[in-house]
Amino acid sequence: MTTLPPSLPAAATDASVAVRMVDINKRFGSVQANADVSLSVRAGTVHGLVGENGAGKSTLMSVLYGFYGADSGHIEVFGQPARIRHAQDAIALGLGMVHQHFMLVETLSVIANVMLGAEPHVLLKRADALVRERLQALMASTGLRVDLDAIVGDLSVGDRQRLEILKTLYRGAKILILDEPTAVLTPQETEALFKVLARLREQGTTIILITHKLKEVMRLCDHVTVMRGGRVVHESAIAQASVQGLAEAMVGRQVNIGRPSDRHTQPGEVLLQAEGLTVRDAMQVTRLHGLSLNLRAGEIVGVAGVSGNGQSELLEVLSGLRAPQAGRLALAGESFEDGRWLDPRAARRLGLAHVPEDRHARAMVMSFAAWESAVLGYEGLPEYSGRGWMRHGRMRAATEAMMERFDVRPRAPRLGSAKFSGGNQQKLVLAREIGQAPRVLLVGQPTRGVDIGAIEFIHAQLRALRDAGCALLVVSSELDEILALADRVLVMNEGRITGELPIDECSEARIGLLMVETHEVAA
Amino acid sequence: MSQSHPLPRWADVLLMPVVNLAIALLAAGLVVALIGQSPREVMVMLVQGAFGTPRGLSYTLYYATSFIFTGLAVAVAFHGGLFNIGAEGQAILGGLGTGLVALWLSSRLPAPILLPLMLLAGAFFGMVWAAVPAYLQAYRGSHVVITTIMFNFLASALLGYLLVNTLRAPGGMSVESVPFGPAAHLPGMHELLAGLGIAWPSSPLNISLFLALLAAGGVYLLLWHSRAGYRLRAVGASAGAAAYAGIHPKRQVILAMGLSGALAGMVGMNEIAGVNGKLLLDFVGGAGFTGIAVAVMGRNHPVGIVLASLLFGALFQGGAEVSMEVQGFSRDMVVMLQGFIVLFSGAMAYVISPWVGTLIHWATRKPRAATSAAVAKTAGGTHG
Amino acid sequence: MDEALIGAMIASTLRVATPLILGALAGLLAERSGVIDIGLEGKMLFAGFAAAAVGAVSGSVVLALLLAMVAGVALSLLHGYACVSHRGDQVVSGMAIDLIAAGLTVVLGIAWFHQGGQTPPVGDAVRLHPLWPGAQAALQGVPFVGAILGDGLLSHNIMVYLALALVGAVWWLLYRTRFGLRLRAVGENPHMVDAAGVSVLRLRYAALTLNGMLCGLAGSYLVLAQSSSFAPNMTAGRGFMALAAMIFGNWRPVPALWACLLFGFLDAAAIRLQGVSLPGLGEVPVQAIQALPYLLTVILLAGFVGRSVAPVALGQPYVKER
Repeated sequence: MTTLPPSLPAAATDASVAVRMVDINKRFGSVQANADVSLSVRAGTVHGLVGENGAGKSTLMSVLYGFYGADSGHIEVFGQPARIRHAQDAIALGLGMVHQHFMLVETLSVIANVMLGAEPHVLLKRADALVRERLQALMASTGLRVDLDAIVGDLSVGDRQRLEILKTLYRGAKILILDEPTAVLTPQETEALFKVLARLREQGTTIILITHKLKEVMRLCDHVTVMRGGRVVHESAIAQASVQGLAEAMVGRQVNIGRPSDRHTQPGEVLLQAEGLTVRDAMQVTRLHGLSLNLRAGEIVGVAGVSGNGQSELLEVLSGLRAPQAGRLALAGESFEDGRWLDPRAARRLGLAHVPEDRHARAMVMSFAAWESAVLGYEGLPEYSGRGWMRHGRMRAATEAMMERFDVRPRAPRLGSAKFSGGNQQKLVLAREIGQAPRVLLVGQPTRGVDIGAIEFIHAQLRALRDAGCALLVVSSELDEILALADRVLVMNEGRITGELPIDECSEARIGLLMVETHEVAA
Repeated sequence: MSQSHPLPRWADVLLMPVVNLAIALLAAGLVVALIGQSPREVMVMLVQGAFGTPRGLSYTLYYATSFIFTGLAVAVAFHGGLFNIGAEGQAILGGLGTGLVALWLSSRLPAPILLPLMLLAGAFFGMVWAAVPAYLQAYRGSHVVITTIMFNFLASALLGYLLVNTLRAPGGMSVESVPFGPAAHLPGMHELLAGLGIAWPSSPLNISLFLALLAAGGVYLLLWHSRAGYRLRAVGASAGAAAYAGIHPKRQVILAMGLSGALAGMVGMNEIAGVNGKLLLDFVGGAGFTGIAVAVMGRNHPVGIVLASLLFGALFQGGAEVSMEVQGFSRDMVVMLQGFIVLFSGAMAYVISPWVGTLIHWATRKPRAATSAAVAKTAGGTHG
Repeated sequence: MDEALIGAMIASTLRVATPLILGALAGLLAERSGVIDIGLEGKMLFAGFAAAAVGAVSGSVVLALLLAMVAGVALSLLHGYACVSHRGDQVVSGMAIDLIAAGLTVVLGIAWFHQGGQTPPVGDAVRLHPLWPGAQAALQGVPFVGAILGDGLLSHNIMVYLALALVGAVWWLLYRTRFGLRLRAVGENPHMVDAAGVSVLRLRYAALTLNGMLCGLAGSYLVLAQSSSFAPNMTAGRGFMALAAMIFGNWRPVPALWACLLFGFLDAAAIRLQGVSLPGLGEVPVQAIQALPYLLTVILLAGFVGRSVAPVALGQPYVKER
């Protein structure tokens, strides 16, 4: 690891520290989300909180804002010890949070959304006048502009975010926490947001920015804290940091990197080819920007990147769950275009199997028995049903075989799907998909919620499948996993593939940079 | 609201209906006591009236027949993820379809051909009456609960219009059609038994009871042994997983409701072909709503539905007997009890289940080794 | 056209529409807060029975009205307990209330009054009378507007005017008060309201309480202004028609009023059009007119006439997630 500048000295006068969190610990079940985390945010500064998924930054801020209570540790706000048990306590102390998923009522106006819960008067007309006055003043001083009478449903994403910020300022927030604010913004909207944040800082507001976008951090922040694996791994003033250093800190591993590929043969023919995939969501935000990739037989392609950058949409499009706005797909000799796209049944017929990211809502039917979930998507196959009737015996036998092969416990095909542990559920889903001997396998988060012993097993199964000539695409927010499994690594950020590397050329530095690389729009 | 001790499967399927019934009976019993009757006496008379005599038993089974049809209808829709309040209207349409075929063809076709045609017509009419709201839900987003309620009223209006204007028997005072020819008549159970040499009092009970039981068996096979049933249940259980499996949710919605309506439409065979032998107003008499109570009590399983239908048939027949014997008692007591059952089994299920779950947890806590073995053994699949 | 006829039609329309208006307002408040209310029919029935029973026994119109409202509120709170405090299915609960009310009213009626479920007629003092009894006669001579004003508008009892006034009151409550703002929000996005520190439970219970009171008024109107005694199942589907009117009015008070007036008009027209032949259509069957409100609602819901916009969170039990 490269050497990094030393941490901030612990001594800073109390009043000038807006937020001090000391030795925060928070555990969820078997996962230690925050381990001895200390954070010190100076008043009137913009402080970046950086890390990958699961690094613990969202948990830390949730503790600060009162959604969870910490297991141990204490918090001080503006030098005073603070007991924050609900969001109301946090708001009372001057904290305000803008979440990734907005909390707005779409049918009401902007001003109604701002004042809800804090209306200054019982009669709306009076309340409206009072709030309007205050908001005009706020908007003037901060440069935040929103049309107060617009209906939220008609607003763009950027405007909605401004509304959320306005909500917190209206309630007197002096410390603003923003959770991945630019994740859904266009470059222009991002610029506008930066101007607002700069103005707010000028007026003495403290801002905590949760993000993984290092270039933004370098531009906006005064100080930065990097978290990884639930701990703070780096803390410094921006002046002493660099994108490279931060990326390494964010991503740094102790496992071997640059391992040579362990596949035994050269990758074979191209089994799946996707070109120009473009996906826009319901809010017209582009999730995939003309993405292209191909998958070859006998190769594991890993998709690395912070979650939420289009990986889910990519899996949905390739598996046929969703049709893209534009794009082409060639699979097993058939081609599809955005007017006439693949559907899950056709995909299976063409030898494509899919292990979804969302086990509970997609991969299994929780209220079904295990054997019923074990045939999900394949119930129409001749081996499972004939002339409209399902062959229970065969299905149960097949399930038992799956459970045997993948060591699913308990070996009870009749047990309800929901009664199995996460790891065993995942193994069953994998058994089901791999059991169909697919030519192409898409896997989303293969070991999420899976215990350590099962992880190794699952990885071994995926490698075996690759060796048998299958083309695999593995999407994972755990970089560990990608580096352990992949022969070729694609890094995604903001709906684009920012880089492609054979596994032996992967290093933390390179991947880290690719994960945070943004697409600069020509001005 | 905390559910720290989830109900084991067996308790959910077997125990809860009994518990809910018990609580409903308690509530009804309180009302009975409130109005000065003895709940115990009423209960005894009710059971006697329902099962004590061959005639009473026949009536019980006759009522139960219609309830089985509507109960199955509601249950099939529930499995598909929909609430079918429209069984009443679908039953009306079914009866209309059955009756129209009977009126049209009863003098031209022999019974073995006519009766199946009448059945098909009834099922078809019911199916259509359910499929339209289903289509509106799937493709236009109209809430199926509201549209089926509206369709119930439309069905009554339609039947009323046809009976008053087109189908009315000339010269008669009552609003009903000409009686069907003998070919359109489903043999009564007493006729069947007489043919076997058993003397049985005459009653409205007819062989459509067998049809109902067959339907129950058919629904069971369809839902849990056929591919179509699997897909229907998948959509009802998890729309996301169904989409993942390549199952079309919109199509399944229409199929589920269509089947549901067809089942409700079969009430026509019991009431029109079996009992009345002509078309008349209000032959469904609320069976569509009782079907909801039956499905809820029977946990949407054919076996439970048959048992619950028997229970409600007994309540209706027993209730009628009691109202003849006891001053101040009327059939409406049964309607009220029905309401309590729906309330406790359906709406208050989340209130009662946690309590029962906790009770079971405490009761089965002591013998640890035995318990885990028992749990593993009884942890059955999702169907019987 | 004959002014007397117009006047009579207006009068009929208003009289028929009044319970619908009250019911629609009740349903509207509950549903805007996110709670489906199929139990309007049952609540109206139960309230009607309460008004009739109390009116007959006590001879006091105030007491009758009061207890009718209590009856409505009791059932609404039961609905709330099952569905708001706990996650019970709102449709099932509403249905259960309809069934319970249908049965219980007759059971109690028979037990207390021994008339096969009917209550004895309430005394004249308990009944509602026209507010301006002389108006109709006085205006008879006035050309053009005499009948319309006298018969059509001024011949009604206080409840009719109250219903119209309540439309305005509910409108004001929903759109001009803090409570109304919060109510509208909780039916669209309860999570947002909860995060803003406002109790979702309390809002919904408040809406249900108002709902119960309005159902109480609706039910008592049937007994105190229309028929003077309770008869089994006397609501005859009015609760569902009020529901239809509410939906037809897109969950807004003033459009719902128009819908109620339309349905009332259709009802008034149905009787008068019996046996009358319309040009080109022939004799209009009374069932067709009776079915029109329901048909129109389906057509609206199917999106063929305008858009039906229900509150987004309608029917979903609110579960605090974390």
